Formats: sequence, C-alpha cells, structure tokens
Amino acid sequence: MAELTKADEPTDATPNVSEVDVADVHSEEEAVAALDAHVDRGEPILQVRNLVKHFPLTQGIVIKRQIGAVKAVDGISFDLYQGETLGIVGESGCGKSTVAKLLMNLEQATAGEIFYKGQDITKLSGKALKAVRRNIQMIFQDPYTSLNPRMTVGDIIGEPFDIHPEVAPKGDRRRKVQELLDVVGLNPEYINRYPHQFSGGQRQRIGIARGLALNPEVIICDEPVSALDVSVQAQVINLMEGLQDEFNLSYIFIAHDLSIVRHISDRVGVMYLGKMAEIGTDEQIYDHPTHPYTQALLSAVPVPDPDARDHRERIILTGDVPSPANPPSGCRFRTRCWKAQDKCAQEVPLLAVPERFKSSDSPAAHESACHFAEEKDVVHAG
Amino acid sequence: MTIIDPTDAVPAPRPGDAEKTGPLLEVRDLHVEFKTREGVVRAVNGVNYSVNSGETLAVLGESGSGKSVTAQAIMGILDMPPASIPKGEIRFYGQDMLKMSAEERRKLRGARIAMIFQDALSSLNPVLSVGFQLGEMFRVHQGLSRKEAKAKAIELMDRVKIPAAAARVNDYPHQFSGGMRQRIMIAMALALEPDLIIADEPTTALDVTVQAQVMDLLAELQREYRMGLILITHDLGVVADVADKIAVMYAGRIVETAPVHELYKRPAHPYTRGLLDSIPRLDQKGRELYAIKGLPPNLLKVPSGCAFNPRCEKAQDICRTERPLLVPVTERDGTELPGRASACHFWKETIHG
Repeated sequence: MAELTKADEPTDATPNVSEVDVADVHSEEEAVAALDAHVDRGEPILQVRNLVKHFPLTQGIVIKRQIGAVKAVDGISFDLYQGETLGIVGESGCGKSTVAKLLMNLEQATAGEIFYKGQDITKLSGKALKAVRRNIQMIFQDPYTSLNPRMTVGDIIGEPFDIHPEVAPKGDRRRKVQELLDVVGLNPEYINRYPHQFSGGQRQRIGIARGLALNPEVIICDEPVSALDVSVQAQVINLMEGLQDEFNLSYIFIAHDLSIVRHISDRVGVMYLGKMAEIGTDEQIYDHPTHPYTQALLSAVPVPDPDARDHRERIILTGDVPSPANPPSGCRFRTRCWKAQDKCAQEVPLLAVPERFKSSDSPAAHESACHFAEEKDVVHAG
Repeated sequence: MTIIDPTDAVPAPRPGDAEKTGPLLEVRDLHVEFKTREGVVRAVNGVNYSVNSGETLAVLGESGSGKSVTAQAIMGILDMPPASIPKGEIRFYGQDMLKMSAEERRKLRGARIAMIFQDALSSLNPVLSVGFQLGEMFRVHQGLSRKEAKAKAIELMDRVKIPAAAARVNDYPHQFSGGMRQRIMIAMALALEPDLIIADEPTTALDVTVQAQVMDLLAELQREYRMGLILITHDLGVVADVADKIAVMYAGRIVETAPVHELYKRPAHPYTRGLLDSIPRLDQKGRELYAIKGLPPNLLKVPSGCAFNPRCEKAQDICRTERPLLVPVTERDGTELPGRASACHFWKETIHG
C-alpha cells in the first residue's frame, strides 16, 4: 500500500453546501463571547466542511513506519441547523461514530473544519474550547458501560458542574441535579442511588440528564436507543423529542435503525465507507431515494407488516463492506452496486444534486453522490 | 421469502420413523425456575407451543420474558443447577425429551435439533479453525475421519454461500466478518440436516443489509430441508417477514398466539397492541410514538393477577387479582379463529373494540 500522500486526500467538495460565515475573532475573550451568540431557529449552528479522519496503520516495533491508513471519515460536509435533528445512518464501520467523536473534539481531525457558530473548533484551545465543549454534549449508546458504577446518580449528573462551575454555583448543585432527574422522568429522590439499581431505559435517562446538565445547544446522540427493549425505546424517543422542544436543542442522531431515524429526524444523511452517499429531508431520502446504496439499505429493512412481504421489492446486496484501509477507487459503493460501470471505478461521484433533477422541483432533487442517480421508491409496498 | 403451503404442513416421514405423526415439537406446560440468592426466579411459567415441519414459529418478547430460557430448555443446555424444570413436557415427535437419558438427548442435540446463537463471535471457539469446528459435528456424530470431515465442512461452507470455501476452511473465526461468522453458525446448525432449528436472535448483531442476506439464506435452506424453525426475536419487522405463526411472551408466559397476518392486523392482547403501536414506521412519518408506560417486571416479584396489569391502560380490578388464562379467540359471532389465543380478561374488547 502506498504512503498517504497529498494526492490521496479526498477531493469531493460539496458544492451545494453554503459558504461558512467565519466569525471574526482576535482574542480568546472574543472567541468565548462569540460562542454565546444567539442563533436563530433554522440558521446553521454547526457546519462541517471536508472533514477527514485517517487512523494510521503502522508496522515495526522500534522504528514505526506508517504503511497505510484506515480512512474512517474521508471528506464529509454537512450543516446542522438550529432546532433540527439531523439523522446519520449507515452500516457498522462506515465512520458514523468517528464523526460523532470528531464533532465532540474527542478525536483530532486529520483535515477539514468544523464550524460552531462560525468558529473552527478543530483549531480552538484553552477557554474557548472549554466553552465549545459545554455547548456540545453527547449521549452514548450503551447505558451499562457509560455510567461509572462507583458513583451515585447525583455525582454522575453533577460531575459536569465540577468542570464548568459557572453553570451552577456549589450550593445549588443538588437542587439542579434533582431538577434534571425530574426533567428526564426519574424520581428526584433517586439521587443517592447507584446505576446498577436502574433498568436499561432508566440508565439511558440518567445519561440524557447528564447530557443536559450544562444547558448545551447541540447534543450528539450515538445510537441512544439501540441497547433498549422495544417498549422502552419509544419512551426514550418521546422523551428526547420533548426535550428538544423544551430546551431548543439541535440533535445529531446517529443510528443504524432506519425506522427510528426517520421518526426523529428532519434531515437524514446516509454514510458509506467514510463518505456521505446521500443527504436530504426525511421525505426525500425515504420516499425518493436516488442513491443505489440508500435504496438497498431501505429495501433491506424488515417492515412490521406481513402483507408487505409479498409485494416489496428487495435488493439484496452481495458481499460485505470493503475495508476502509483500502477502499475501492472511484465510487466506494461500486463493488456492491448493480449499476456500476467503468466510470464508477475512475471518477469519484460528487455529493451534489444530480444533473437530471437539477431543474425539477421534485423531492428527488437532493444531493446524492452517484453518477447514475435514479429515483426509486423501495419503501412502499405494491 | 418463505411462503409455506399449509397443505404441506405434515412432517415428511424419515426412514425408520413410521410412528412419527403430529407436531414435530410440542412444548407442554413448561416451567423453568432459577434458584438465586434473592429467591426463586420463575423464568418460564407454563409455556405451550408446537412447531410442524417446514413451519416457522416466531417467539416474540422483550429481555427477561423467558423466550431464550424456553429455547435452552428445549435444547437441554440449561445449567442445572441453578436452573430446574419442576414441571412440563417437551415432546419431540411425541417423545418426552425431559424423560430421556443424558446420552439419548446428546444424540438428538445437533443431529435432530440444532441451535443458532446470537453472537457468533463468542459462540465460536477462537483457537480452532472454522473447518475443524464444522467438521466436529461429523467426527462426533458420524465417526468420520478428519479428512472426510474437512471435505464435508467445505461442502457446508459452500452451501451457506461463503466465497472461496476451500481456501477459507482453515481460517479462524476472527478472520471472518460478522455476516460470514453468522453463516458459519448456520452451517454448523445445518451440518447433520436436523428436523428442527432454534434460532435465538440470529441477526440482532448484524447490519440490515447483512441481516437481509442471512434471513434469506435461512429461509431458503429451511424450504430445501423442510425443517421446523423456532425464531426467537424482539424485532417485529423480522417476524413479519418470515414467520408463519407467532407466540408473544411476557414475564414467563405466552400472552398471545396467532398466525402472522392476523396478529399484525388485529392483536388480541394489549401488550401486543402496545408493541405494534410503539415501533416507528419506515414508510410513513408518524406523530408521537405510543409508548407502553413502565418497565418489564422483575421476575422475583411478578405482579399478581395479570403480569402486565401495572403497564396496561385497560386494567380493571379483576386484572389485579385474577390471572387470565390463555383462551381461544373467536370472531364476534363465535366463529373460531384457528391458532389464535389470548391471555387477557378483555380480549374481546381488544380485538373487536
């Protein structure tokens, strides 16, 4: 495998994504102040541009040589608007959780920018970074491992206040934690209990309370309900929707369950092998998908309606997702695509509104990274 | 997709098994208990169901409903103690397996009844090649030599559509992807062409596109070998795709049984109805989801009366005192609905109202 060179870097700019209005700041104080700025509903709050994360693969023990890279995220761009939910779907290994970590600044991006209110958070440090972290919070997948078993619920939810004491003065914390417990539908008297005394659904509520503690504006939810039972999933989803309205939150909702993503999201992005394959409103993606991968993904979802099983067309993909360390040339989906032609192996398709739909105002006119984009309804039976 | 002609539902006689008629497997009034430090956990409380050859029974339930414990009791792989089976029968071709000797059961296990587990990575031995593990079935049950067993293993891997089977037979489990590992699990279950396969959440750990591949393969093989299949799952979508009939479990009991189309159209138990209403749909954008309130009960203290009563919107006094039995469900005019039963005092209101 070749060394990672400049030429390997992704070139798929997303022409349709709006220009970023970069904030004009010169000092740390100004940066912190700019982060408190108010963003109107429907205005972009988080803007991701050409984000790349490569994990190096090394060989040798004493003298480490880089022999390649796992291209977990390879050039994706999107906007998150204030007050909306952006769903990100994709199979395991497509890079969706890495995106979450990059947005939280828990991983250092290899290239690209993440603008939060016009400031590139990948380049912030010190006080400004701390302020960003307060405003972007995360809810994790597994409520069993994401809560420290030796801490009480009160300590877990109150811990963010130790790091950001300006949010809640010391004497006020206990009351604040009890308020949070009440907000997420738990009994405030449970404050001294330990995580093992709660069921999975209740633990996820504790995780949500912790995420809300610092009054964030953006919450990144990485598979928040996939570890829960069906009847409890609905409770947690309803809670999250209620909290979004109450606290005016913007969500990035990462999941592999396409039905839940449709339910909660205003817009949906479909990822495949570190790239965005298609992005649009929930109606555009689910009812008018134009990328073959989206179509295959949607057709594979079992629909809870036995009458549909004879009518629905199913696209069964062959093989597995290729390794992100050595992705196919051109379009990454071409090795499993039934439409693939020579062009797909040579040219990387850009994420843009396909030429043929450009002048139409049909819902098929949304960004799709396919040379042969074609509308196909795979969700509705008959 | 499996569409089974109901006229075929009589088991094909196997050579030397002249007396074998009736259902392939019948579970009658099965009880399973676990002795723990906190007390006796009654995980399964009188479960009845049956499966015919070529038929798919889906057992639907949340965690702790007893669906997996029932399956393990059928396979005879429960750890006893702490588990014990105080009561019940598990009839395989009419013979009660619980009365068989350990040796007799060992001969059935794998050869006639096989199981596919959820987590293929932890169910396969990481230090043995997949070919060796597949071949073990033939060496132990049929006394084949190593060489013959390996040839059979390659054949099986081809059967479950693992590409380049001959080249990969000596690979270890970690060298396969999740979907391929699940195929190996299926191959292992199929090895001796059993009459019945129990699949415990076979696709829960897989991605949707791979899940579709695996479920398709399973359905195709089931059709080919005319096996009975017990599919244990909590995914209402998968059930709708493959099942013929469904048993819904809650707190160790079956609360509703029905043919698949009937169940989705007209559930006769508030729990089933709640489950169906609480799943978001892919083909339409719903409003707020219906959520069943509360949590599944702790099996150490199951509520008296109907176990579902604290979470049920329709619960009346009778639900708190008297446990509803699983009774046949009929049309308004009394016409029988074959295969349907519900354990709810108010099933009439639930199905017709």
